[in-house]
Amino acid sequence: MSLAILHWSLFASQLMLGLAMLAALWRIVSGPRAQDRILALDALYVVALLLLVTLGIRTNSQVYFEIAMLIALLGFVGTVALAKFLMRGEVIE
Amino acid sequence: MPTELALTLIWSLPFLAAVIAMAMPAGARNGEAWLAGTVAAVGLVLTILLFPQVADGGVVHSTITWMPAYGLDLAFRMDGLAWLFCVLVTFIGLLVVLYARYYMSPKDPIARFYALFLAFMGAMLGLVMSGNIIQLAIFWELTSLVSFLLIGYWYHRSDARDGARMALVITGTGGLALFVAMMLIGHIVGSYDIDVVLASGRLIAEHPLYPVTLILFLLAAFTKSAQFPFQFWLPNAMTAPTPVSAYLHSATMVKAGVFLMTRFWPVMAGTDMWFWIVTYGGLATLLFGAYAALFQRDLKGLLAYSTISHLGLITTLLGMGTPLAAVAAIFHIANHATFKASLFMAVGIIDHETGTRDVRKLSGLRRSMPFTATLAIIASGAMAGVPLLNGFLSKEMFFTETAIYDPNVFVNLSLPIVATLAGMLSVAYSIKFVHGVFFGPEPTGLEKTPHEPPALMRRPIELLVLACLAVGIIPGITIGPYLAAAVVSVLGGDTPYYSLSVWHGFNLPLIMSIIALLGGVAIYVPYYRRLRGIDGDPLLRGLRGQRIFERLLITATNRWARKMVSVFGTQRLQPQIFIVVLLALAAGVGAGWARMGNLPLPSSFDPVLGLVWIVGGVSALAAAWQAKFHRLAAMILMGGAGLATCITFAWFSAPDLALTQLLAEIATTVLILLGLRWLPKRLPVPEDISIGMRLRRYRDVILAAAVGLGTGLASYAIMTRQAPEGISEFFLANAYTEGGGTNVVNVMLVDFRGFDTLGEITVLGVVALTVFGLLRRFRPAPDSADRPEQQRVQADFAEAQGSANVAADFLRIPALIMNWMFPVVMTVAIYMFLRGHDLPGGGFIAGIVMSLGFILQYMAGGTRWVEDRLRILPVLWIGWGLLIALLTGLGAMALGFPFLTSAFAYADIPLIGKVPMATALLFDLGVFALVVGATVLMLIALAHQSIRRPKPASTPQPRKREGLDTWN
Repeated sequence: MSLAILHWSLFASQLMLGLAMLAALWRIVSGPRAQDRILALDALYVVALLLLVTLGIRTNSQVYFEIAMLIALLGFVGTVALAKFLMRGEVIE
Repeated sequence: MPTELALTLIWSLPFLAAVIAMAMPAGARNGEAWLAGTVAAVGLVLTILLFPQVADGGVVHSTITWMPAYGLDLAFRMDGLAWLFCVLVTFIGLLVVLYARYYMSPKDPIARFYALFLAFMGAMLGLVMSGNIIQLAIFWELTSLVSFLLIGYWYHRSDARDGARMALVITGTGGLALFVAMMLIGHIVGSYDIDVVLASGRLIAEHPLYPVTLILFLLAAFTKSAQFPFQFWLPNAMTAPTPVSAYLHSATMVKAGVFLMTRFWPVMAGTDMWFWIVTYGGLATLLFGAYAALFQRDLKGLLAYSTISHLGLITTLLGMGTPLAAVAAIFHIANHATFKASLFMAVGIIDHETGTRDVRKLSGLRRSMPFTATLAIIASGAMAGVPLLNGFLSKEMFFTETAIYDPNVFVNLSLPIVATLAGMLSVAYSIKFVHGVFFGPEPTGLEKTPHEPPALMRRPIELLVLACLAVGIIPGITIGPYLAAAVVSVLGGDTPYYSLSVWHGFNLPLIMSIIALLGGVAIYVPYYRRLRGIDGDPLLRGLRGQRIFERLLITATNRWARKMVSVFGTQRLQPQIFIVVLLALAAGVGAGWARMGNLPLPSSFDPVLGLVWIVGGVSALAAAWQAKFHRLAAMILMGGAGLATCITFAWFSAPDLALTQLLAEIATTVLILLGLRWLPKRLPVPEDISIGMRLRRYRDVILAAAVGLGTGLASYAIMTRQAPEGISEFFLANAYTEGGGTNVVNVMLVDFRGFDTLGEITVLGVVALTVFGLLRRFRPAPDSADRPEQQRVQADFAEAQGSANVAADFLRIPALIMNWMFPVVMTVAIYMFLRGHDLPGGGFIAGIVMSLGFILQYMAGGTRWVEDRLRILPVLWIGWGLLIALLTGLGAMALGFPFLTSAFAYADIPLIGKVPMATALLFDLGVFALVVGATVLMLIALAHQSIRRPKPASTPQPRKREGLDTWN
C-alpha cells in the first residue's frame, strides 16, 4: 500500500516538476527582458535538480543525488556569469 | 644477433646523427664534420665487416615487426647489390664530408647542411637495404624530399629554389608512381617482402597487369635517374652546393633509379616491352646527354649532362636483358660513382679557388694547381673511357653487348652506332673539360689568384682517383670479388662467365673504342675555339625541357586552378554550406531510404520525460530562431536545451554522461559569454526584406528541417532495432576482472581504450595551446574594443557620486560566497576523481569541476585580484598531465608489459580503510591535470583580453581583384 502511495506521489511530483519546467521555459522563450530569461534559466536548473532527486528516490539509487548535488553546487555559475555579463558587460574583469 | 644489430646501426645511425647535428651550435664546423664523418666511417666499417656473409649470394636480414598481420614490418636486408651500394654511399659520403669541411663557408648555416646530409645518407641506405617494397617506396620518397632541401640549401637564391622545386616535382611524381607500382607488385605476388618478390620468377612479367606496373615502375626509375624525357631537372639541380652535387647527383641519389631497375631486373626484365622502353630510353639519354655536355660552359653543367649520359648507358645495359649486360651495368654504376664524384670535387675546388666555373674564363690552370689538374685529368680519362682506367673496362663491356648480333636489323645497327657516337661525344667533352680548364694561356680577369687548395680538401679526390686506377689496372683483385657478390645477388644461378681483364684481344669492341677515342679528338680539335664560346647546343636550344616543364606547371597550377576557382568557387559562405548540407542530406537519403524497413511504434511512454523533451526541443528551436539577432537570448535557450539533454542522460541510467554534460554546459556558458563580449555589434535589421531573400530563407529552413528530421528518423530507426553484437559486452564483462573498476565507462577511458584517451588529451592540450597562441595577438572588432557601455555608465555615475571603486561593490555578497566555495569545489573535485574508477566521476569530470572552481574566483574577484593571490600555471598543468599519463604507460613497458597496461590492488589506508588503487588512477591523474590546464588556459586567455585592452583591428579592405592578378 505504502509503495503504491510512494509510486503515485512520485509520479505526481515529477509531473508537476515537468509542468514547472514548462512554465520556466515560457519565461525563457518569451522574455521579455534578458533578466527574465536568466532568472528563468536559474529556475530551470533548480527544477532539474528536484527532478533528479525524485528520480533517485524512484530508482533507489544514490548516483542521481550526486548529480543533484553538483547542480546545487555549480549550477549557479552560469547564472552568475550571465548576471555579470548583463551588469558589467564582461564576465571576468 | 650482432649481424642484425649491425644492419640496424647502418641505417639508423645517420638519422640519429642528423638530429644531433641539427642541435649543435652554429659555429661547430669541425664538430659537425667529425660527427658526420664518424657516422659514415662506422657505416662503412660495419658494411665491410658484413661482406663475408653476403659474398656468395648470401642475404642478411633484420626485421622489426610492426604490423605483421598486414605484412608491414620494418625489414632490412643486405645482399651483394645492397652491399655494393652501401659501400658507395658510406665511402663517398665519408669523402664528401671531408671535402665539405673545407668547401663550405663559415657563413653558411652549417648545422642544416650536415643534418640534411646525414638524413640523406640514412634515407639512401634505408632505400638500398629495404626488405619490404612499400618501405622501399617510402625511403625513395625520403631521398627525394631531403634532396629537395639540399638543392635548395641556399634558399635565398631564386635559381636554387627553382631547381629544388623542379627536382621535387619530377622525382616526387616518380615516387608516387613507384608507390602504386609497388602496391601492384604486392598485389600480383601476394607479398610485400622483397625476397618473395624476387623469388617469384616470371609471375609479374606474365601477369595481365604487367604493362601498367612496368610503366609506373619505369616512370619512377626514369625520373629519379634523369632519363629522357625527364633529364632536365638534373642540370638545374646543380644550384646545390658542390659537395651535394658530388654526392647526390653523381654517386648516390640518381643511382637510385638504376638501382631500382637492377633490383627488380630478375622479375621485371626480359620482356619486349622492357627491352624497347628501357634500351631506347637509355640510348636516347646516352646520346642526348653526351651531345648536350659538349656545349656547356658551366663546368658543373658539363658534368651534369655527362652524368645523364652515363646513367643512360647503364639504363641501356639494363634494358638489353642479357645477364652479361646486367653485369656491365652494375660494374659501371660503381665506376661512374668513383670518377664522377672526384670530378665534381675537382670542379668545386676550381670554383672555390678561382671564383668561377665558366669554361670561357678559365684556362691554363695546370700551372697554378698542378696536383688538382693531374687528378682531374686522370678522372676525365676514366670518364672518356681511356684504357687502364676503370671507365674503359665497363665501357668496353658496354660496346661488347651492343655489338652482339640481333636478328632485328634496326636493333643490330642502332645499338652499336649510337654507342660509338656517344662514345665519341663523351671523349670530346672530356677533352673540352681538360683542355679548356687546365691548358692554354694563363687565365686573365679572375676574381682570385688561383692556387692549390688545402691538402685535406684534395685528399678525397686522390683516394677516388686511386680507386679509378686500381680498378682500371688490376680489376680482378680490386673489385672482382665485390662485383661478383653483387652480380650473384641479382642474377642468382644464371650468372654467366665474365672476364674483367684489361686485354681481350683485338676485337670489335676494341675497334669501337678506338673509333670513339679518335672520333672524339676529331670532333674537338677543329672546333675547340667555337665550342669554348658557346653556351647551349645549337640544334636543340629552342627545345628546352625546362621551359616545357615550367609552361606545363604554370598552366596546371595557375591557369587551370584559377579557371576551376572561377567556375566552381565562391567567396560566400552561405551557398557553400547549403551545398555541403544538401549533399549530406542526399547521401543520407540515398543510403538510408531502402534500408529503413518498418518502424515500430514506441511500446511505452513516460509523460515526465516527454515534458522534459518538450522543454529541450522548444529551447533548441527558439535558440536557432534567436541566434542571428539576439545572441544572449539564444545562449540562455541553449542552456535550457543542454539541461534537458543532461536529464535525459540521467533518465536512461547514464550518470557519467549526465555529469559530464552538466559540467561542460556550465563551462561552455562561461566560455561563450567571455567571447561574446568581443564580438562586433550586429547591424540593424532592415525592415523590408526583398522577396528573393525571403524565398532563400524559406529554402534554408526547409533544408534544415529536412536534415534534422532525417537525422531524427535515422536515430529512431537505429535505436528501435536489436543492437548488433558489439564489443560493449566485453567491456561490461571484463571491467572489474581486467581493469579493476566497476565504473565501466571510466575503465574504458583509462584502461581498455587508454591509448585513445592519450591521443585525445594530447589533442586537447594542442587545442588549448593554439587558442592561447591565437588570442595573444587578438584584435577585436573596432566597435567592441572599448570598455563595455555598462562599465562606462557606472564609472561616470561613481565619479559623479564621489565613490572611488564601483566595480568592487557589484555582486558583493555572491562574490563572497564564490570565494568561500573554492575549498568546497576543490574537495568535490578530489572526491570525484578518487572514486571515478568505481562510480561515476573520474579525471575528466574532476578536471572540469576544478577548473570551474578557478573560474569562480576569477569571476568573483577579477583577474588582477586572483592573480595577485593565486598563481595558476595552466601550461605547466598541461605539460605535467601529459607527462604523467605518458610515464604511466611507459612504466608498464619498463616492467615488461605492453604500453599502458594497468595493474590494480587494494591499499589499506588508516582511518579510511581499504581503497582500491589502480595504476590507471595515475593515468587518470594525468587526464585530470591536463583537463584543468586546458580549460583554465582557454578561459584565462579570453579573460586577459579585458586587462590587455587590445588594439582594434583595422577596418577590413575589400579585396582587390587586380592586385591578386598581378601577384599571380
